[in-house]
Amino acid sequence: MAWLKKLVGAVIVLGGAGAVAGWALSTPVRLDAAVVAQLGPGDAARGKRIFYAGGCTSCHAKPGSKGDARLELGGGLELKTPFGTFVPPNISQDQKDGIGAWSEDDFANAMLKGVSPSGEHFYPAFPYASYARMKPADIADLYAYMKTLPAVAGKAPGHKLSFPFNIRRGIGLWKLLFLSPNPVIALPDGTPDKVLAGRYLVEGPGHCGECHTPRDFAGGVKKAEWLAGAVAAEGSGVVPNITPGGNSIKSWSESDIANYLETGFTPDFDSVGGAMVDVQRNMALLTADDRAAIAAYLKALPAHPNGYPARKPSK
Amino acid sequence: MRKLVLAISLLALAGSAALADPIQDRQALMKERGKLAGQLSKVVKGEEDFDASAVLTTLKALQANAEKFDADRLFPAGSDKGDTTAAPKIWEDMAGFKAAADKFLANTREAVASPPGDVDGLKAQLNTIGGDCGACHQSYRIKKG
Repeated sequence: MAWLKKLVGAVIVLGGAGAVAGWALSTPVRLDAAVVAQLGPGDAARGKRIFYAGGCTSCHAKPGSKGDARLELGGGLELKTPFGTFVPPNISQDQKDGIGAWSEDDFANAMLKGVSPSGEHFYPAFPYASYARMKPADIADLYAYMKTLPAVAGKAPGHKLSFPFNIRRGIGLWKLLFLSPNPVIALPDGTPDKVLAGRYLVEGPGHCGECHTPRDFAGGVKKAEWLAGAVAAEGSGVVPNITPGGNSIKSWSESDIANYLETGFTPDFDSVGGAMVDVQRNMALLTADDRAAIAAYLKALPAHPNGYPARKPSK
Repeated sequence: MRKLVLAISLLALAGSAALADPIQDRQALMKERGKLAGQLSKVVKGEEDFDASAVLTTLKALQANAEKFDADRLFPAGSDKGDTTAAPKIWEDMAGFKAAADKFLANTREAVASPPGDVDGLKAQLNTIGGDCGACHQSYRIKKG
């Protein structure tokens, strides 16, 4: 029976080594000092633009908020997904319940690395996989702007997730696969500045790919089908294909796209709907140049067929 | 006499056929609504000159369209099935759905009652009305691709 003992021993050793490796690989990683050094003091006025580009209020304000209430970031919305229900937390300036006590460094680590001040992983329902592409200076400006927003007392309820997604540490492995500060779409030298600016807004703060790109079984976006549209990860229906390969906006001109983002009307005067209503409300608060840049980038995208199945009328 | 009976029954049939498809009826109403909003939008975007009386005519047509919106007739129980993008939430929250429709109606009535004197006035009104479109489509319509 010595062989059995050896086998059991080997399994224990290997299993232990695997566990150690998994533990090591899933360690929350904070920002390099070099990136932190680039943060600098932020400018609140500039940060307002980043706040709306990032759509923070769409998830973190109380659901259905209008007007100034959209700046009260107490959290509490429920995002029902196949992984379970995510509840965006309080990110108001409340010292205890919100992020009022966070340093700029803490904030940058949350936005760019998905790591909390206490060193835990955030779930990527908080779209840091997109925010990771943001410039440190914009993070600093956003931090300065958020400092000007009101404190809201009260913690939002926690996430309700099913196994194995309720194991936070596992997100470390997810990050190894899906967290990168590099642009998704490589653009050739000589690409107009407008398209580059659009790429930054769409892939970074705008986090458009989080809903408009299909995801694989592990919940990572399929970069080979970037912005090809997807079955809605939250709620019902589909999110349209916004590459030149789909029917939704293929026929739209750049100014049609920019106008849609400003007014909420499509070229044939249908209106914006679903979760895009809040997004469009935010986009309307950007500059005309920003909206034109987003449009130019979308027109420059590689065309993909729809990332969702063809429509079947319900019976 | 026979012909008359036949004619009446044909008419009745045609009438009930027109009523029998609320999905087509409501889609036609929405299409007309979009077209009217589009005419106003062209003026706001400067593609067409601001002509106060033409704008008022369009606003009146938009109000007439809104007055025709009868949720009970256009969204009867069971009309969530078929070639429609109406969200199940309409039937789960009929009161909220009707309130959203009423808000649109109230805003078109207000626009007609105090018609815009210039492009900026029209722009403000179209923003309000467009906001109503989005607010309703946010909850009560589902994209199906």
